[in-house]
Amino acid sequence: MGHSLKRKEDARFIQGKGRYVDDVKLPGMLYMDIVRSPYAYAKIKNINIDEAMKVPGVVAVVTGRDLEKYNLHWMPTLMSDTQMVLPTDTVMYQAQEVAAVIATSKYAARDGREAVRVEYEPMKPVIDPYKSLDPDAPVLRTDKEGKKDNHIWNWKVGDKQKTDDVFAKAEVVVKEQMHIPRIHVASIETCGCVADYDKVNNHLTMYMTTQAPHAIRTVIALVAGHVGLTEEKIRVISPDIGGGFGGKVPVYPGYVIAIAVSFLVGKPVKWIEDRSENLQADSFARDYHITAEMAGTKDGKILATRFKVLADHGYTDASANPSKFPTGMFSIATGSYDYDATYMECDAVYTNKPPGGVAYRCSFRVTEAVHAIERITDRFALEIGKDPAELRLQNFIKKEDFPWKSPTGWIYDSGDYHKGLLKAMDTVDYHQLRAEQAEKRKRGELMGIGLSTFTEVVGAGPSKDFDILGIKMFDSAEIRVHPTGKAIARFGTKSQGQGHETTYAQIIAEELGIPAENIQIEEGDTDTAPYGLGTYASRSTPTAGAAAAVASRKLRDKARKIAAYLLEVSEDDLEWEPGKFFVKGAPEKSKTIQEIVFASYTNHPPGMEAGFEATHYYDPPNLTFPSGAYICVVDIDKETGAIHVRRFVAIDDCGNIINPMIVQGQVHGGLTQGIAPAMYEELIYDEAGNILNGTFMDYLVPTAVESPKWETGHTVTPSPHHPIGAKGVGESPTVGAPPAIANAIVDALSPYGITHLDIPITPFKVWKALKEKGAI
Amino acid sequence: MIPQSFQYESPGSLAEAISMLQQYGEDAKILSGGHSLIPMMKLRFATPEYLIDINNIPGLSYIREENGTLKIGGLTREAELEHSDLLKQHFPIFADVTKLIADPQVRNMGTIGGNLAHGDAANDHPAVMMALHATVVATGPEGEREIPIDEFFYGFYMTALQHGDILTEIRIPMPPPGTGSAYHKMERKVGDYATAGVAVQITIGDNGVVTAAGIGLTNVNPVPLRAARSEQALIGKPLTEATINEAALYASEDCNPSSDLRGSEEYKRSIVATLVKRMIHQAVNRANNS
Repeated sequence: MGHSLKRKEDARFIQGKGRYVDDVKLPGMLYMDIVRSPYAYAKIKNINIDEAMKVPGVVAVVTGRDLEKYNLHWMPTLMSDTQMVLPTDTVMYQAQEVAAVIATSKYAARDGREAVRVEYEPMKPVIDPYKSLDPDAPVLRTDKEGKKDNHIWNWKVGDKQKTDDVFAKAEVVVKEQMHIPRIHVASIETCGCVADYDKVNNHLTMYMTTQAPHAIRTVIALVAGHVGLTEEKIRVISPDIGGGFGGKVPVYPGYVIAIAVSFLVGKPVKWIEDRSENLQADSFARDYHITAEMAGTKDGKILATRFKVLADHGYTDASANPSKFPTGMFSIATGSYDYDATYMECDAVYTNKPPGGVAYRCSFRVTEAVHAIERITDRFALEIGKDPAELRLQNFIKKEDFPWKSPTGWIYDSGDYHKGLLKAMDTVDYHQLRAEQAEKRKRGELMGIGLSTFTEVVGAGPSKDFDILGIKMFDSAEIRVHPTGKAIARFGTKSQGQGHETTYAQIIAEELGIPAENIQIEEGDTDTAPYGLGTYASRSTPTAGAAAAVASRKLRDKARKIAAYLLEVSEDDLEWEPGKFFVKGAPEKSKTIQEIVFASYTNHPPGMEAGFEATHYYDPPNLTFPSGAYICVVDIDKETGAIHVRRFVAIDDCGNIINPMIVQGQVHGGLTQGIAPAMYEELIYDEAGNILNGTFMDYLVPTAVESPKWETGHTVTPSPHHPIGAKGVGESPTVGAPPAIANAIVDALSPYGITHLDIPITPFKVWKALKEKGAI
Repeated sequence: MIPQSFQYESPGSLAEAISMLQQYGEDAKILSGGHSLIPMMKLRFATPEYLIDINNIPGLSYIREENGTLKIGGLTREAELEHSDLLKQHFPIFADVTKLIADPQVRNMGTIGGNLAHGDAANDHPAVMMALHATVVATGPEGEREIPIDEFFYGFYMTALQHGDILTEIRIPMPPPGTGSAYHKMERKVGDYATAGVAVQITIGDNGVVTAAGIGLTNVNPVPLRAARSEQALIGKPLTEATINEAALYASEDCNPSSDLRGSEEYKRSIVATLVKRMIHQAVNRANNS
């Protein structure tokens, strides 16, 4: 623990020896390509496959009508909504799957796709979520019996009356309307699968890009059980994954079609999306329209917040939240501040856009929540003319007040917010920067300093509240130590680049004293690994990492018994130091863990079970609450609107750190995915529902060139309830960075009366705002 | 992202390539660096039946000075332009422009000939060639002919190249003493097409009067645009803030940008004005330091 051990998995990755889904090649394998809708909303009049069937190599074209015969044309979403696998009558968004072409090569499949002729009758789509609720808006989900509007659900939390009263009496009230844009995870590897149904044995092996193989196995059994594919007949293998970020949690239609085709033709079927398909059709993230309000005193005390959200889910609610949390953990939006009145409400609506939204490197809508609270906090500081750092220090929950119960019911486990912010301010020399800014403002130059002091909520989650389709959100570890003292450990999670093979090995090494290099970590094969809910929402270390620690401790208890037997002393006479038990007061009398393990197979105490194995399913008693203090400094070119991020300091508190190098890598990647929606990325649709930036030519994923030098640091406030005091870090930077950047830009522009800009804040947006205010 | 099937040819000489172009007619396309053509083929916007790869034809890649003229072979890679000492010494604008073209991997393949022959007003070299008053050499069945850059670009993806022609060389007059050049484009991220780009080459005579000026604009017009009024506003006068502002204003008025995801028409005109000013200053600084 605490060592920057080089990542064990990198030996294969840097030598090109990773094995991804597209590397899977099976004898007789067929290839699938998908015909997609050019319209956002249209009736399908006819699908003509005659020309496609003439393309050499094409063996079949599958439509919704074909799947309907097996009742496989619809499937449930994780949020208990329904989603089309292939349409029979109507397409609901541009790029929706319309038909699948199966061929002997991917080239023939693509030529076949081009030859399928579909006749559509376009209809006027609903694109603007606000217009979706108009009384005269067309009802999109006519498949749902009795559905009279496009409203999906309403969610509320907090004390409305109390909050309204505080607002009514408050000295200062600020309000901003903000949009957290629809974005896409855009992982390096797109989604895909190889569905391999073995007719003789009635067995399906599904190689697929999934972050949650076990849950997916259960979902497949629920969807396809009626055609004979019950859960013991299904093996899901999630091989190396090239980035998930929440985008590989949902079940996409392509997977289901591939399974159906393999089932029908009895041959393996490979489906790999291309980049445009991935960007245009797979689940989006975010897309929350938020009205944020804050009430406080003139001298800066925060008294209450109110948040009203309109959530655009596209044509079906295909979010990937815990089932009882339709807005995920949005109710963390009260933030890092000590006040007791809040009210939050969210309405979700259908539109003719792709379904979603997934938790993109975010513990279920925490990014949206943090953006809202951190932006409105700055807006409040601006209103009363107080330095935003001072205002935060004034309002932070104090270290001694943890565990702290938030107005929406979360029990924050631990934190030291003052320490984190002061460290960040010290790192950037905050007061010097403010002095420089004052000088520059006199000369009309634009410089901004932005803060974000966020609280995350991760590690879902305790079984009393957290489940997905009823399955509790525990996670698991199974450790087997071989006679020679080397181990294999398997987990219910699935790394997509997080470095689990190293981190988990380090946890076990810490607990058992077996060197990390002697511990093999495996995940992603449902036939071998224990059941678990997978990797997303920064939950792997808080849940499976904890399971590894607890399973290790079970083994240590057994080791103590064996050592006592071997040394002929009582268990109480033994003391543990990593790697061995020794007799108190006689350290020369000891047994190493390797000797003990060997004895468990060769010379174990009478009456004791042989072997050295343990399994643990860890049900966390609480969530963990990582925090961070980020400061961003920007310089803006007034004439062009160009934004230069001069400095970005990120002080994270993720509790105890297992591998500092992996944590730093996570933070660097996460910050880059934070600058992405802050300055570059948004999926943009026109009024007809056409995506305007459906390729990487226009969907602007930032590169190393756009990334500033990230300056990272830590404070360490261990989680009191986690076995090793860790909290999880994967998502903090993605969550915390966007408001720091937005706050810095707005700070730079605030002398001209600009109080808010929606992200992504582009040079054009800055220039336009300055122009409108007469500043240029 | 899979192109329609096509036949691949790899001629070993210019004559062979030209004869293939004649044989296959309109169904053939030349493959040079491929970084414009191949993406279009993958999206099936371009569906040539024959691809004639000129990369194995010797003698098409060079940068040299001959009798007061800079000659660049059509197959010269962007990376070679970027690192050429001859260009660094006389045409600093090449280091500016190549660094702004895509990324190093693309620059290792992409060629200057392909960049021009593609006829895309969003490409960066056309504006630079206008600023440098270049001449393009086309080699076809009838032999070589010279096309002044102002007569080269016709319309959207259309150039003066005839079918059977291969762009083999670019010729640029060597600049007299007192000359400087510069290029910059606003881009949303690295590798993006320009929101707007401006190329400037300017020569200041001994008496401080501007004796020559070339200004080209990127991606603010359906075809690559020379800012002719801006050039005239500078030539024959001492360089002052007033003349520079006048040049900037004319360029912003004479271009025809369209509103898109990169910004509004008004924004792009404003960027043109700003970049014209900045590039003139940059070019003059370089002229003074040369």
